[in-house]
Amino acid sequence: MALNRHRMLRLNVMLGLGFKLSLGFMLSLGFMLGMALLLPTPGLAASEVREFSDPVTEQRYRDLTATLRCPKCENQAIDDSESPIAGDMRERVYLQLQDGRSDKEIIDFMVERFGDYVLYNPRLEGRTLLLWGLPVALVLLGLLLVALIVRGRRHASARELSAEERDRLDALIKRERTE
Amino acid sequence: MKRRLLLLLPLVGFLVLGIFLFMGLSINPFERDSALMAREFPTFELATLEDADRVVDESLLEGEVTLVNVWGEWCPTCKQEMPQLLDLAERGVRLVGVDYKDTRDKGRDFLDTYGNPFEVNIFDPEGTLGFDLGVYGAPETFLVDRDGIIRYHHTGYIKPEDVRDTILPEVEKWR
Repeated sequence: MALNRHRMLRLNVMLGLGFKLSLGFMLSLGFMLGMALLLPTPGLAASEVREFSDPVTEQRYRDLTATLRCPKCENQAIDDSESPIAGDMRERVYLQLQDGRSDKEIIDFMVERFGDYVLYNPRLEGRTLLLWGLPVALVLLGLLLVALIVRGRRHASARELSAEERDRLDALIKRERTE
Repeated sequence: MKRRLLLLLPLVGFLVLGIFLFMGLSINPFERDSALMAREFPTFELATLEDADRVVDESLLEGEVTLVNVWGEWCPTCKQEMPQLLDLAERGVRLVGVDYKDTRDKGRDFLDTYGNPFEVNIFDPEGTLGFDLGVYGAPETFLVDRDGIIRYHHTGYIKPEDVRDTILPEVEKWR
């Protein structure tokens, strides 16, 4: 009996340790990802000099070339890439902005030719539901777990002693004093 | 006891995530399908490399299953690929070339040196047709069926074994 309890205790400690370690790891991973998203990415200026009639269009050019991915490179936006195709794409973005096309039209134009691969910011649609939904779902699941654990603990500590437990406690105290 | 096992959930979640990310390491991002798959060959109007006065358009590709190869004199892999293309032409496959971002002189020299498997070459010095095809490097090869629909896309070098293993079966499939 005693051995069994000892074993249980050890198992519990191990499980608890595994839980804390993995939870800690996940939390720090989440923290790092969050920081990476918050930090501004230092986009290298494209090599061409472009002239814009107004700052709004210029900003749109910067945003578009920073969110379109170079199809030749594994992980560079077109504003950051020396690849010839990235240069061609910047040129098209510029010309289409001059033509008064909307951001959506320009992005559609690129996706039509190079596929979803060029989107650093994938669209929200049926196929990408998991991609967009999973992080939210995981955060909600985590909050739920924390809430359940906290509630369970508070419940345990706030419970009053039963009459039997009180008697036992009294007896223990009494024995302590007499010894 | 059951409740205690629940504590292993984050560990399991972490392992699943780890396996998922590990698998991501072996994915080749260049083995992705062309965005133009099952769509019409883009419209164009360009002169041929052979004759600057002859202007061709997408109707050039209709009526027969055609392999469209995008190449350029500046592209070393295109040179290595030529024997495979000549082999395909010899086996009766109709090939049309797109001389991409090249000069006429260099393009012609290239064909003189490495052989010319192409029925005709579309001269695309600005890379406009290439852009509409979603070409981001050369060589790239598109299989176009007799209705002018793109049916197969090969990015990069066609290895000698690709001729037999993938290209010829695809040509047969759409004939």
